[in-house]
Amino acid sequence: MNSLILNTATRVLVALMLVFSIYMLLRGHNEPGGGFIGGLIAAIGFALYAISHGSEGTRRALRADPRVIAMIGLGIALLAGLISALTGDALFTGQWVFLGGENGSKGFPISSVLLFDIGVYLVVVGSVLTLVLALEEEG
Amino acid sequence: MNSPGTGTGQEETAGAHDGNGMDSRVIGGLCSVLPIALAVIFAACLPTIATGDTIRLVYNWVPALGINLSFYIDGLSLTFALLISGIGAIVVLYSSAYLAGHHHLGRFMLYLLMFMASMLGLVLADNIITLFVFWELTSVTSYLLIGFGHTSAESRRSALQALLITGAGGLALLAGLILMGFAAGTYELSEIIAQGKTLQSHALYTPILILVLIGAFTKSAQVPFHFWLPNAMAAPTPVSAYLHSATMVKAGIYLLARMHPALSGSDIWIWTLTIFGAITAVMASVMALRQTDLKLALAYTTVMALGTLTMFLGSEATVAVAAAMTFLIVHSFYKAAMFLIVGIIDHGTGTRDVAKLRGLAVAMPITAAAAAAAGLSMAGFPPFLGFIGKELKYEGALAIAAEPVFAATAVVIANALMVAVAGIVAFRPFYGGRLETPKVPHEAPFRMWIGPLVLAALGLTFGIAPSLIADTLVQPAVTSVLGRPETVALALWHGLNVPLLLSVITFVLGISVFAFHVRLRQVLIKFNAAMGISADRMWDCGLDGLKWLAAAQTNLLQGGMLRRYLFTVFTVLAASVGVTLAMTGAVRLPQTWPALLIKEWAVVALIAAGALMTVFTSSRLTAICSLGVVGVGVALIFVMFGAPDVAITQLLVETLVVVLVAVILLRLPGLYRHASRPGHGLDAVLALAVGTVVTLTLLAILDTPLDRSLTEYFEANSVPAAFGRNIVNVILVDFRALDTFGEIAVVAVAALAAYALIRRPKKGEAP
Repeated sequence: MNSLILNTATRVLVALMLVFSIYMLLRGHNEPGGGFIGGLIAAIGFALYAISHGSEGTRRALRADPRVIAMIGLGIALLAGLISALTGDALFTGQWVFLGGENGSKGFPISSVLLFDIGVYLVVVGSVLTLVLALEEEG
Repeated sequence: MNSPGTGTGQEETAGAHDGNGMDSRVIGGLCSVLPIALAVIFAACLPTIATGDTIRLVYNWVPALGINLSFYIDGLSLTFALLISGIGAIVVLYSSAYLAGHHHLGRFMLYLLMFMASMLGLVLADNIITLFVFWELTSVTSYLLIGFGHTSAESRRSALQALLITGAGGLALLAGLILMGFAAGTYELSEIIAQGKTLQSHALYTPILILVLIGAFTKSAQVPFHFWLPNAMAAPTPVSAYLHSATMVKAGIYLLARMHPALSGSDIWIWTLTIFGAITAVMASVMALRQTDLKLALAYTTVMALGTLTMFLGSEATVAVAAAMTFLIVHSFYKAAMFLIVGIIDHGTGTRDVAKLRGLAVAMPITAAAAAAAGLSMAGFPPFLGFIGKELKYEGALAIAAEPVFAATAVVIANALMVAVAGIVAFRPFYGGRLETPKVPHEAPFRMWIGPLVLAALGLTFGIAPSLIADTLVQPAVTSVLGRPETVALALWHGLNVPLLLSVITFVLGISVFAFHVRLRQVLIKFNAAMGISADRMWDCGLDGLKWLAAAQTNLLQGGMLRRYLFTVFTVLAASVGVTLAMTGAVRLPQTWPALLIKEWAVVALIAAGALMTVFTSSRLTAICSLGVVGVGVALIFVMFGAPDVAITQLLVETLVVVLVAVILLRLPGLYRHASRPGHGLDAVLALAVGTVVTLTLLAILDTPLDRSLTEYFEANSVPAAFGRNIVNVILVDFRALDTFGEIAVVAVAALAAYALIRRPKKGEAP
């Protein structure tokens, strides 16, 4: 779609949406959000980009085939589930490490759960964009 | 039936190479190491088993369901295991020469050894679920073996037929076994057997028995399931020798023998086995006489043998079971030998037609000698093991309490015809003046004649010295089958008695049938043509009918139009839920108007307006946008009632759907075309029905007290156990992470599938 306003606005909007999507992803464990919602926001951002700049430009901006992104996400999610095997827990048991936890504060949490959510995020982005781009290019 | 020699044209050079460049002698030698080693190991168990002991090995498999990978060696399973591994070794060696130069020899060996492993698993399994798994594996591997010559349509048809029949029987068996485990309270065979006949007083006994018998009868080719076995002769001859005479078809017999201590003795067991066994035996031996193809004649005699074994297992008498077990061993020896010999004849002359084969003894002296010994054992002449088997059969038939005269008559007829068939297969091709054959007859290589020769020699050795197998194999096997200690003595000379008299009658009858067999065959062929109907034909009709039904119902319910799919799905939903609601009387109409705030009423009005607009607009774009309004309204409700995560997701999905659909919409024809199509009113009725049913269901749910135990659990555990305050997300990524993983896998796969459907094929690529 060739519209100057849309093109200009999209550049700003997409950047904002991507940042916001990562914000939603990271805060999801305690506030509304999470990998699924974050992934949808990012996907909508790229869909917007695809409408204004065409699918070729979107593919360049993505740098990877969306199908590959989805598969990498699935792999990350599986990996996050397998980490629990190292500690002998059941599959997909959350593993937590708290960095620098001192008396009173728990410290900075790092978990396999976040890794799992990142996998979900990538699967959603990749899957939705696979469809959007295929539909864009089909006509 | 085409010759199995197709594709083996270059087998003259016995050491030919297969496609991988490996010498067939090396392949045969290497592959036969496994069965030989197994046979030695099983033979080492003989002394233990002969003293009446049993061996049991248990590995836990699915302990939660009581399913163990457990194995049990007693007289019965050891007898089978020895036959399977011993004859397996012979067949492997034989095949390496028979199929020398075939470019799939390696694959063939793989199938054969896989089959052998499945069969051993089946006869050694102690857990009935394990037994069933191996039972199915034998069906699958035999499918691969029968269809080995997969370029021939007939091979494929036969393989599929065998798979479908034994597979259907397998399903019945599975149901029977599960019921049995349920009724007995254990899935271990040894424990079920130890309970003796207590199972028979259980209410489920009759269904269990019927289901197990369907499994056994399909596998062991009893009437009316007999027809797949002769068709399975499309397989290469060594496969016929192994699967369809010595081992697989006896899996059903094994099952009957194995279940004998627990299931036998009731009227239904005795009569079903006796009648089906006798009918199968007589019918098959008459059909055997009709054949001119040596292999088919043997196939029908195998069906006859299976019928006889079934009949004897119907009885409780020691001598009947002893007859069954002895005949089982005898039959495996001579039948495997005979099949292998037919393979040699086919291989050496290029034909299996009995009318074209004469005077081969000069060219094939060793084969002729083996054939004579195996044939005499088959016909039941002294001093071969076959004679002992036959005498025992008469003794056993007379001891069948149900109907001794009926049983003995059936056995005499079947045996007399067996004498004639033995004459036709084992003697007629070898003597008399030579006839022209497609190939110049020549003796087979060592690897091919050694097997039948050993088997025939064993028939003679055990005939002269029957005590060799009486104490070590037959007696422990009979003990296992009857579930009580038994002593069995085998002897060549039983004295002047009724069985001997019956033997003499058999020989006289058999030899006269042999003398007139050519004319008799003409009569049988004419009779068969006049009948004009066969089980095989009926099978085809049944299968065609099934395919027609499948196609018809698929066309009806899944016609390929999205509208029709949706119509079907929603009709079923409305009807099934609606009927359930009406029948359970769960319909609850609210007595008062709900007390809602003004803003809540506004959202409800928004949703209703969006829905009406969607239905009545004539523009696709308007329709999809109004649908978006409905979605946004629902999201607003989520926000108002405290589910922000769901609301956000709903909103985002609505946005995406509108974007996606907008992209597609531009390419579709206008909506007005469908606006007036017939059936529109029907759609409206259905839509109203679904809406009503869903509303009533929701009202019914709201009327019941809400179970908050799950919510409370997650509220209490979310922070301490999973370090997260957003319960929805914690459930998604931690408590139910495996479910989420499954869901994202579905999302990814669905995206790939949709991508494959909508992408444009590149130039030169098939769409």
